[in-house]
Formats: sequence, C-alpha cells, structure tokens
Amino acid sequence: MSQPLTREQHLNLYYYMQLNRQLEERMVRLFRQNKIVGGLYSSLGQEAVSVGTASAVEKRDWIAPMIRNIGALLVKGVPPRDIFTQHMAKYTSPTKGKDGTSHFGDLKDLHIVSPISMLGDLIPVMTGVAMAGRYLGQNIVALTWIGDGGSSTGAFHEGLGLAAAQKAPFVLIVENNQWAYSTPVSRQVPVKNLADRAVAYGIQSSIVDGNDVVAVFNNTKYAVEECRAGRGPRLIEVKTMRMRGHAQHDPAEYVPKEMFDFWKSRDPIVLYEKFLTDNKIWDAKTKSELDAKIEKLLDVDQQFAEDSPMPPPEFAAEGVYCDGCHDISAEFKRPMSEVTPPGSGIDITYKLSDFPAGMGDAASVLKSANGGHSQHQKPQQKPQQQAGAPRPVLHANPARQPNTVQQAKPAQPQPAPRPAVAPVPPKPVPPIYPEDEFVEPERAAEPEGPRVPFGRGPKDKAFRDTAEAKVYSRVQKGRNSAAPANGNSKNFTPKSPAKNFSKSGGAKSFGKQGGKSQGKGGR
Amino acid sequence: MASHFATPIAAPAQTGVTMVEAIRQAMMEEMQRDPAVVAIGEDIGAYGGAFKVTDGLLAKFGRERVIETPIAETAIIGAACGMSFLGLRPVAEMQFIDFIACCFNQITNFVAKSHYLWGAPVPIVVRGPSGGGVHGGPFHSANPEMYFVHTPGLKVIYPSTPADAKGLLKSAIRDNNPVLFFEHKYLYRRIKEEMPAGDHLVPIGKAAIRREGRDLTILSYAAMVHTSMEAAEQLAKEGIEVEVIDLRTLLPLDRDAIITSVKKTNKLLVVHEDTKTGGIAGEIAAIVCEGAFEDLDGPIARVTAIDTPVPYSPTLEEYFMPNTEKVVAAARELAKY
Repeated sequence: MSQPLTREQHLNLYYYMQLNRQLEERMVRLFRQNKIVGGLYSSLGQEAVSVGTASAVEKRDWIAPMIRNIGALLVKGVPPRDIFTQHMAKYTSPTKGKDGTSHFGDLKDLHIVSPISMLGDLIPVMTGVAMAGRYLGQNIVALTWIGDGGSSTGAFHEGLGLAAAQKAPFVLIVENNQWAYSTPVSRQVPVKNLADRAVAYGIQSSIVDGNDVVAVFNNTKYAVEECRAGRGPRLIEVKTMRMRGHAQHDPAEYVPKEMFDFWKSRDPIVLYEKFLTDNKIWDAKTKSELDAKIEKLLDVDQQFAEDSPMPPPEFAAEGVYCDGCHDISAEFKRPMSEVTPPGSGIDITYKLSDFPAGMGDAASVLKSANGGHSQHQKPQQKPQQQAGAPRPVLHANPARQPNTVQQAKPAQPQPAPRPAVAPVPPKPVPPIYPEDEFVEPERAAEPEGPRVPFGRGPKDKAFRDTAEAKVYSRVQKGRNSAAPANGNSKNFTPKSPAKNFSKSGGAKSFGKQGGKSQGKGGR
Repeated sequence: MASHFATPIAAPAQTGVTMVEAIRQAMMEEMQRDPAVVAIGEDIGAYGGAFKVTDGLLAKFGRERVIETPIAETAIIGAACGMSFLGLRPVAEMQFIDFIACCFNQITNFVAKSHYLWGAPVPIVVRGPSGGGVHGGPFHSANPEMYFVHTPGLKVIYPSTPADAKGLLKSAIRDNNPVLFFEHKYLYRRIKEEMPAGDHLVPIGKAAIRREGRDLTILSYAAMVHTSMEAAEQLAKEGIEVEVIDLRTLLPLDRDAIITSVKKTNKLLVVHEDTKTGGIAGEIAAIVCEGAFEDLDGPIARVTAIDTPVPYSPTLEEYFMPNTEKVVAAARELAKY
C-alpha cells in the first residue's frame, strides 16, 4: 500500500478541487454577463481527476492539460487570475490575448505544455518531452490527459506506440467522462474499458474511480514512480462523468437523466468532504477557513481580470517568429562525454544474444505444425496484473553497452516487476453506463460450395442460369426472407443506446446493471 | 545558451561534394558541435535513411541521438516538438517528403503556432527528399512546399546546390523557429560542387543571383534552377541575356532581391516544379505588382507543372514537368515585349 497521505496533502486536495469548482462557477456567471469572449468548457464533476493526477507529479515533471484540466493547472502553480484573463481575452493573460481558455503553457518554471484543440496531438509531444528529459538526465516524468473521444485519434495511437517503443517515462491519463461532445463511449469504442487498449502497446495500465480523489492520486503516484524508475510508459483510465454539456451552449439533452442522477450522487467534492469529516481529518472550522481563503483569492483575481485591458490591435502582428526573444538551452544533468563522440559511438549491427535458443516461445511456434496464431496467449484480462511480463528495461546508455541492443533481446521469462510501491488495490468501479454493447450479429454459416466469381451476380443473366447460382447463399437468403422486418435483418441492427436507456428505467435498474457488469468485469 | 558546448568546426575545403554528402556533413558537424542536436525518423539509424543521408550518424552518436521511430509521422513531429521544449534541436526526417501530409496537423497547428500563441519557440528542422523527375510516381514525387509557405510561423527552404544545402541546413538547425527543409531528390547525386572550408553557413531568407543578365529575369528554386540555367545558356546564343535568381528560401521570401531584379530587367518569368494553381509564382506576381508594377515591360509569365498529381510513366511525367524547352519558349515570347 502506498504511503498514507498527510493531513496537509488531504487538505490540499480539497483546496484545489474546491478552488477549481468555485473558479469555474464564477466563470459561468461571467459567461452569462458576456464577459467571456469564446466558449466555456465545464469540468464540473471531474475535479478529482485534474487535481488528483496533477498532485501526484513533482515540480520538475511536465504536464500538458486538456481544456477541462483547469484543476491541474491550479495544482501546478497557475494562479486563478491567469484562467480568468485567458477566458476574457485580456492583455494581461499568459498569451496576452492570442489564445483563450486553458490554452497556454510555461516552459521555464511550471513545465506546462499548452494544449491545442486537435486532441491526441499532445501524446506524441509529451512522449518527446519524456524522451528529452531522459536524454538530458533530468529524471523527469511527462504526463498528459486524453478523453474517451480523443482516444480514437491517430495521434493517440502513434504517440502511444512511440512512447511504448521508447519505454518513455510518460503517463497517459485517459479521462473517460462518458461523452465525446454528444456521442457516448459505446458508440465510439468497441471495448469495455479504454485501459484495455494498453495491452496492444505492451504497456501497463490501471482503472480507477475518477470521482475518488485519493484513489486517483495514489494510482497516478504509483504510475509516476514506475515511470521514474524506468518502467514506463503507463496508462490510467479514470472513469468519471462530464456533468455539463460539451460547452456552455450545449444543454446535453442527449444524456439520460438517470445517468446525471447517478453521478450527481457521486460528486467528487461532496464525497471527499464526507471522507475528511468521517476520518476526522478536518473540522468545520478548517473547512470554512479554506473556503474563505478560496473566496478571497478569487475575488482579487477576478477583479484583476475584469480591470485588465484588452490587447492593443496592432499586437496581432507580433510574435510569429522567435527573433532571439527566447534563450533556448538544454540543461544537461549527465556527463556530456556520454552523448558526444567518441563516448556516444556504438556498433550498429543488431546483436542476438543466444540465437536461436533465445527465441523461446517463438521458436516453438515456428516448429509447431499448427502455425502461429493458435499458440498465442489470450490477451490478459487485467493488464495491470500481467504476470511474467518481461520487465521493461531502462533505456540504457548505449555508450556503456555498445554490444547490446535492448530490442534485439528476445523476451525471456522473467519475474514480474516488483513495484517500488505496491499497486493500489482495485476499487470497485462504479457503474458508469448501462449495458449497451453491440449485439454480435448471428450470421448463418455460408454453405460449402463454389464461390461466385468476382463481378458476377444475380443481375448477370449468364450467371443466373448456371448451377452455381443455386448455391449462392446470400442471393438465396435475400430472396427467401423478402420482408425487411424479418428476424434475420433485425439481428444485424445494433441496439441504440437511447432505447436501452429508456428501457432501463430509473436509477435503480441502472445501478443494478452496473453491479452486474462489475461482477463480470471483475474490477 | 547551447553554444557553450560548441566545438570549433575545422572542415577543409573539398571538391566534388554531392548534395547527399553535403547534407550529411551539415548533420554531422552540427551534432558534433552541439549535443542538443538530435536526429529522429524512420530507418535513419543502422540503414542510414532511405537515401543514405544519415549514413554514419548512428555509429558516431548512438541511439539516444539518432532515434529510429515506428512508421508514425505524427509521432515523429510531435516528439521532435516535445524535445525542443526542453532545449533540444531535433532534426526530423520524412522518408519521402510526401509523407509530411500525415503530420500536417502537428506541423501547421501545433509547431507553427506555438511561439505566436504561448511564446514557446520550436527549434526543429523537418527535412526530406522531395520533387519529381525520377519516376517515383504520385506518392514519392511531390512538391508540397506551398502548404507550408501558407503557414505563418514556419520557415521553408528549398536549396538547389550542395553548398547551399549544407550552409542552409546548418543555419536551419541553429534557427529558433521550425524550419522545413526540402531536398530535391533529383539533385541528390547528380550535381557535385566545391564545398567551402570551415563552418559554412548560408543565411535563411536570402536569394542568390546565379547568372547576371539584362533582358529578363527568371526566378526559380530547387531543381528548376538548373533547368533555368540551361535555358539561359540557349537564350544567350540567341542574344537574350537572362538573369537567373535562385530563391533558396521560400518563407520568408527575399522580396528585395525580386524587386531589384525586376527593376533591372523589366520582365519576369517564374519557373517552378510545383503545380501552377497556388504555386509561388502567383505570390511573386502579386509582390511585383505591389512593388514594381511601373517597371514591367511585359506580363509576368510562369512555367510550372500542370495542375495534376505527379504521373508515373516517364512520358506522362515529362509532359507534366517544366523542362528547358518550355522555359526557353516562354522566355522567347516574353522577350518580344
């Protein structure tokens, strides 16, 4: 079990979650007063994700938030005034009005990379940050977030593939808030848990209740430590819920009421307040002091933002290029002789240490009469508990091991990695979405017989008259089951989620279904 | 500053250096000079790159500085960008420049805008073989430079000689901005040149006069500079003295060099291998109209590829591309004014 949190850590988690929420509530009011220039994207209900994850990294580590990770910015040291001024497009904002929302960063002190709207792009970028940090000997970890929606982008897969190939010290938080704009997860991703995708990259992953800030913190802390020890990258799926529409303009009428009701009862701040009280970590006085501190800070910063000027128009023409306005330098924390010739030199031919004996399983598969595929192990159900997985090797300094190439070493059965900190025991994951998996269509087995030659079909007169036509199953089936409402075609139509929702009727059955899925999934 | 790692470069003058060799020398010298310079791309290590441009880098600098990636261009550019945030200066290779379309978003939306939006310079170089004339077909012959010339925040270089390629690549690596460096693959091994000694640098954003003339100006870049020079030789025999200007950098354009030459010859022909619509000839025509309209004695002419994808068959590609004959014919017509 990981170290229990100190009282100060507990109070900080509360402080930043509440600061996040109060800040956003003020911005909703500013939005209604037309003082927010562009869109406003609420992270209501997701505060535990932003705050819990960002609290688990150190000052030297790098983060790249998404638009709803305002809490993470606050934890990393961004003052609320920067969030206000960004949204209000003021000259005093970090981007001086060039961009809005949480689209800003700080390379020198806070180590924050700015998000862009094209989701997934930050994954390869933060992989590069992680690789550079390792190359420079800085022992940093890079962390970024991606939504359930963004996990379908090409950049997600390209980036995660590179991170895995490079064993980069990189943590990816998959923030599953159930909705990508108006599309539910089950309409985007045909796997039950987004964390299951980690298996395909050969990386470790875990799933955590995103509304339990302590669980999020502990899980991320463990992942960060694993990465720092050279056993990265890691993926964490946090299951949570976006409690508002995509942005202020979106009333989210497509979300079933039961779903909002369920998650409202799991409000991360309410849950945590109860936790702090039940465990006697705070008392009413502490809470009111913290709340007052938040109010005071937000009063001052909001006033600052409202009083700030808009940028002068001609400022638009400045800053396309860096004309020496930035000092670009790399901070090496390792001997330069390791990375410059002759120290950096290597023998470029890949070496196999004990070929072919070392091919292990692969050799037996090749010898097997059955060929490869049937011999493959079934994918592990729980990627975070893969036994016998080869211990990810630190990206060794090639200068020291000129004759060894990590990739060329065949996977040998090795003891499972012994974590520096024991993994957080999986908590029961709350039911998040009713059973709505696609029904696997029951396809009749195609009868044995000659296949229809390409380009010849029922409309081909010459074909229609031949004997082959008689065994062309699809044609015959189509003709026999003339009515479209026939059972056959029904099977091919996946159930719609909306339909299922209305059928599930009420929070009670919702919860029940969730319980069922828990039992099946075993998480 | 990274420069305090600098080791002096004492390269001797050499003769018969190809473009491939020149680019390799630029990479070697910059990686030797500054450990912040790293190379990243597909097959750039043990194999030395599809065109052997990076041959020898891995043996000398190791796997941490010569990073071989999966086939994932978005990951290459993203990672290069991320590395640059920690002060590194990655040189990313596109195996063929056509594949730059795969990472278009990463370059145009993230890399190009970072400095303007949030003050984060991205000192990376994206380089790769481009251009046709080698029968590479529609996916290995493209000239996609104008997509990026239209993107504020980038710099775009397209050299025509080995010495320029070396000097400009070294300048690009030292530049604080993202630079796209196009290498015409037709020129890789077909031309050889004397390489100046020492730390040979060529400034970005400066055109070069390849041939002086008084009758008309041909503006061109990359392989078409050589075609234009051949045309100028032929035209000289007919008594038409052509000034040939090699743009070298397409973004930012050397506006002064363009205007100065047009004011001298009063006639302008733009030659490029890129397709016609949206090619840089149109932009140059507008620049001349804005800056030297009164000086023009004839219409601004252009010889470019036709508006189609690059076809594969040699007869088709020959028809598609500009060549000496087409340039000579257009220049003759223009000279009549």
